[in-house]
Amino acid sequence: MEQGNELIVVKNMAKTYKLGDMEVNALRDVSLTINKGDFVAIMGPSGSGKSTFMNIIGCLDYHPAKGEYTLDGVDVFKMNKDQLAELRNKKIGFIFQSFNILARTSAIENVELPMLYNSSVDSKERKERALAALKSVGLAERAGHMPNQLSGGQQQRVAIARSLVNNPLVIMADEPTGNLDTRNSYDIMEIFQDMNDKGITIVMVTHETDIAQFAKSNILFRDGMIVSNEIVKDRKIAKLEIPKLPILDKNDILT
Amino acid sequence: MKILNLLKIAYRSLTKNKLRVLLTMLGIIIGVASVIAMLAIGQGSKQNIQASMASLGINSVMIFPGSSNMGGVRMGAGSYSTLTQKDAEVIAARCDFVTDVTPVVSKSSQIIAGNQNWHANVTGALSQYFSIRNLTIAQGNIYTTTDERTAAKVCVIGQTVSTNLFGAGNNPVGKYIRINSIPFKVIGLLAVKGQNTFGQDQDDVVIAPFATVMKRMLSTLYVNSILASATSEKDIDKVKDQVTTLLRIQHKLTPADQDDFTVRSQADIANTFESISNVLTILLACIASISLIVGGIGIMNIMLVSVTERTREIGIRMAVGAKSRDVLFQFIIESIFISVLGGIIGITLGVIISMLVGKFGGWPVVITPESIILSFAFSSAVGIFFGWYPARKASNLNPIDALRYE
Repeated sequence: MEQGNELIVVKNMAKTYKLGDMEVNALRDVSLTINKGDFVAIMGPSGSGKSTFMNIIGCLDYHPAKGEYTLDGVDVFKMNKDQLAELRNKKIGFIFQSFNILARTSAIENVELPMLYNSSVDSKERKERALAALKSVGLAERAGHMPNQLSGGQQQRVAIARSLVNNPLVIMADEPTGNLDTRNSYDIMEIFQDMNDKGITIVMVTHETDIAQFAKSNILFRDGMIVSNEIVKDRKIAKLEIPKLPILDKNDILT
Repeated sequence: MKILNLLKIAYRSLTKNKLRVLLTMLGIIIGVASVIAMLAIGQGSKQNIQASMASLGINSVMIFPGSSNMGGVRMGAGSYSTLTQKDAEVIAARCDFVTDVTPVVSKSSQIIAGNQNWHANVTGALSQYFSIRNLTIAQGNIYTTTDERTAAKVCVIGQTVSTNLFGAGNNPVGKYIRINSIPFKVIGLLAVKGQNTFGQDQDDVVIAPFATVMKRMLSTLYVNSILASATSEKDIDKVKDQVTTLLRIQHKLTPADQDDFTVRSQADIANTFESISNVLTILLACIASISLIVGGIGIMNIMLVSVTERTREIGIRMAVGAKSRDVLFQFIIESIFISVLGGIIGITLGVIISMLVGKFGGWPVVITPESIILSFAFSSAVGIFFGWYPARKASNLNPIDALRYE
C-alpha cells in the first residue's frame, strides 16, 4: 500500500443509536482504508451496519460517531455542517437505491442540481457539463424528460450523471441496483466500471453477490464489525456479461 | 453561494407547484386588495368632508349668543339675545387676527315673485359675509356699502330660490321679489354650492344688506350671530381668545360670570368630522389587516406542509451539497416571492376595486401612495415572518434523516 494513495481512512469507528430505551450498537470498532482507484463492495445482512457506515463516510449523518475518519487527507469529524456540505458537493457523489432524483424536474435540471450549489460554475458551463454527464450515461436525448417518463434504469442513470457532474473523488452507492432488474443492474455496473477505469473511487453497498462480483474487493459486515475484506478473484466485467443475458426486445419483454 | 442560483432554485421549485403557489397567494391577494380598497374609501370620505368644510369657509369663526340662565332654568345656546351690532363693530376694530366681520340676522319669510311664491330664510349681513362664507356670484353683483348705508331694498338670491320663483335657467337679476310685502330688487345670483355636510341646501337662501333686514324687517337690537374670518387657519385660536376677552369686557361680565356667548370655529366642526372619519378609516384598515394576517398564516401553513412533504427533496439537496443556509434561503425566498407577487396582484386588484366603487358606488375614493406602500411592505413582512419558521425547520434537518423520510 503506497503512502499518499489513501482516500478514506477510518480508525476505530463506533456508532450507537437510541431506539426508545434500547441502545443499538450499529457500528463497533470499524477500521478500514480505501485507496484512490478502488472499487469496493460492502456486503452484509440487514442490520449489519453497512448503511450506517456508508452514511458516516458519506458525511450525510450530522450526529457524531466515535473514532477517526479522514477523507482525502482532511479530518472529517472536526468539520462543521457547512464544510461537510461543501465536501459532499465537491468530493462525493451519491447514488441511492430509490434513485432520489427530484420529481417533476427534468433530467437535465436534476443533473444541474449539484452545480447550483457550487458557486464557481456559471450557467453556461452548468448546462454544458450537465449535458456531457447525461451523454456519458447514454441519456443525452432524454435531457428534457421528467422522471415519470423515464424507466427505473434510466432514472438511476440520471442519478449517476448527477453524482459525476462535480467531478467527485469518490462515488458512494447505497444498493444502486436494489430496485432494478438484472439487465439494468448490469448496465449500471458497466457505467461503474467505466468510471472506475477513469480513476474514480467507488464504494458500493449491496447484498447481491453477483453485483459484488463486479467490484475489485468485497468487505463483509456483520453485527457492526468488518468480518472479512477480500480481493475479488474472478471479477466480472460488465461489457462481457451483458451479451450473455437473455435477449430482450425493445419493449423489455423476454423473447 | 450565488444569489442568482438561489433565485433559480426557488423559481424552479415554485413553477413546479403552480396551483399550490396560486392558492397560497390568494390569501395575500385578498388581504392587500382589501387594505387598499378600504383605505381608499376611508381617505375618500375624509377628503369629501374636508372639501365640504372648506366650502363653508375653513377660517371662519362664529359667535353665537350664550345660553340663558334665568332663575335656574337653563336654555340651549342661542336662546338668549346678547349680541349686538356694536359687538361686531368692536371685534372688527380691536381684533388683530380678523380680516372680515359681519353681524348676521335672519328671518324665515314667504317670498313672492309674480304668481310664484317660496319659503326661504332671509339673511341680513354686511357684504363681507360673501367672502367669509366663500360665496361666489354667478350673475349680477353683490350689494355695496351705499346699499348698506341707505338700507336699500336689494338682495342676492341662491339658485334654489331663483329656480322656484323664476323657473330654471331664467336670469333673475334685475327682477323684483316681495319679502313680507316689501319689494326687493334682485341684484345678484349665487353660484351653485350644493348641500353641505349636514344635508342643508346652501342654495336656498336670500341675502340682503344687514341694515335693510334689521330696520325694515325685524326692528330689533340684537343679532342672531356674528361671523368673522381669521387671517389664517392657525390664527383661529388667537381670534377665539381675543373675541372672548373683548366680548366679556363689552358685556361687562365679572370674572365670576359665565360667558353669555359661544365662539365656535368651522375648524372645530371639521376636526370632529375628520376624527370620526379617521376612526372609520382605522377600523376599516384593521379589518383588512386581519385578512392580511390570515393570509400570512396561510403561507406559513403551506410552507410547513411543504417542508414535511418535501423532506426527501431537502435531503437530496443536502446530499448534493446544499448548506443549511441554502435550504433556509430557498424556503424564505419562496415565501417572499409568494407574498410579494401576491402583494403586487393584490395592489392591482385593490386599485381596480377602488375605482369600481368610485364609479358605480357614487362614493369618492382616493388611492394614496402611502396605502400602497403600507400594504406592500406589510405583505412582504408577513411573507418573511411566516416563511422563516418553516424554512428554519427545513434547514435544521439531518441529511440522512431527510433522505430516509417516507
